[in-house]
Amino acid sequence: MDSRDTPALALENITVTFAARDAKDTRYTAVQDATLLVAPGEFVSVVGPTGCGKSTLLNIAVGLLEPSAGTVKVFGEPLAGLNRNAGYLFQTEALMPWRTALDNVTVGLEFRGVTREESVIRAEDWLARVGLAGHGHRYPHQLSGGMRKRVALAQTLILDPQIILMDEPFSALDIQTRQMMENELLELWSANRKSVVFITHDLEEAISLSDRVVVLSAGPGTRPIGEFTIDLPRPRDVAEIRLTPRFIELHTKIWRAMKDEVLKGYARTRIQ
Amino acid sequence: MREQESSKGLWSKIRPQQGNLRLWQVGMLAAFFAIWHVLTVPGLMPPVYFDDANKAAFFFGEPLKVLGRVWDWFYLGAIYEHLWVTLWETFLAFVIGTVSGLVIGLWLALNPVASALCDPYIKALNSMPRVILAPIFSVWFGLDIASKVALGVTLVFFIVFFNVYQGVREVSPTVLANARILGASQRQLLRHVYVPSAMSWVFASLHNSVGLAFVGAVVGEYLGSSRGVGYLILQAEGTFDINTVFAGILVLTAFALVLDYIVGLAEKRLMVWQPRQGETERI
Repeated sequence: MDSRDTPALALENITVTFAARDAKDTRYTAVQDATLLVAPGEFVSVVGPTGCGKSTLLNIAVGLLEPSAGTVKVFGEPLAGLNRNAGYLFQTEALMPWRTALDNVTVGLEFRGVTREESVIRAEDWLARVGLAGHGHRYPHQLSGGMRKRVALAQTLILDPQIILMDEPFSALDIQTRQMMENELLELWSANRKSVVFITHDLEEAISLSDRVVVLSAGPGTRPIGEFTIDLPRPRDVAEIRLTPRFIELHTKIWRAMKDEVLKGYARTRIQ
Repeated sequence: MREQESSKGLWSKIRPQQGNLRLWQVGMLAAFFAIWHVLTVPGLMPPVYFDDANKAAFFFGEPLKVLGRVWDWFYLGAIYEHLWVTLWETFLAFVIGTVSGLVIGLWLALNPVASALCDPYIKALNSMPRVILAPIFSVWFGLDIASKVALGVTLVFFIVFFNVYQGVREVSPTVLANARILGASQRQLLRHVYVPSAMSWVFASLHNSVGLAFVGAVVGEYLGSSRGVGYLILQAEGTFDINTVFAGILVLTAFALVLDYIVGLAEKRLMVWQPRQGETERI
């Protein structure tokens, strides 16, 4: 097979079943027979109703969780342990609060044994790229939510991962900061195209960022139920592109596919 | 009317507030000594409670004599040898207790099997009134400083130990997962995630542990020794010299405050990353 056809990330027939620790017979199948292929350099968004196991899929892809059934392949190689080709941007705070912004960015290089001088130079460069030049000496609690996300982004991207996994990274930000971050993300991504899996519950965000949107069914037993290629031209401005007719057309189409699942997911959370 | 307003104005100027807090604090201390003085100096007040005018002074000492004793100690230099011994014991107990608590706490917290195995014994050791170990330590380690340090260590160790244990358990799973994905090895996780996270808990406990190291030293001396401030107090008590007992207590309190202040300084320096209340510096 041509190496260019090999997906950067291939989740094949993944099933994830959690067993309750105290009662082994009560099981919860979060993901059922899910397949997701991501090409090198492709930006894929995964949308789905709340609590449908989106994060579970990402945890499988990065190797934090092992699937109950199915295989994970990274550039054609079966994944064992943590995915060394992947960077992960968490939904919640993942910076080390005892390190300054700069030291949070250098930490991955430090783990890899890069010298202090070199990692500081590279980290300063990355802080500048995410718009935080001169803020390196601050501790996470001295930064705003959006700035902390930028530090996290720099922390991940400085290691130049081939696959970037993002778990609703901007969901905690206000709408203006969020759109700014989305534009910056697109800029960084188009300068150096990596495979991105972007998890979100926000369909507009998914469409405006991605090459492809994958819709998941409501849990339990989540699996992809629809795939949509987003043929909007790049470069994009996430705020402006939402007003174009093609965007609205795509949005209507995908929303129609999603709606039933969202209602199902909503009904389930109400019962609980 | 006018007068009332002006007196009100005066009060609003001198009432306790941010600027004159120290002044008020010193004033309270002075008032305490003044009341103590008035109530205990023989013949100053008609004996209300005690039938004999000298009894109040016998039981509660006289502040002027107490302060005089403190002055003599420091001026004539008789105290330094004892104070030095007590502080040295405190320091050793504090360092040994903290380091061993840190190491064993980290080890047990990261070893679920070992921690499950030792759990009941740790609980038992912790709930035991460990001061009763003092006589045993005197037998084991003699009447010199080693037995006092041992007592202090048993007191300090458990505080630090439990805080480290808790600190490791409370490490944010997201921070941990993030560090692993960024490529941290087990050793690097320990050094860059577990230890810093546990340190914030340890520092919260250091104020307690420095106090208890002091308690261990003084109680140890009190139960049997030939040097130290606890020994001075014991000697004075034997001759019903209540003023010297109070002088000893005064000196101990002052040095406990100094030790606490030093820990506070260290904490401030090492814990800069922690948000403090009221700190709203953002950009």
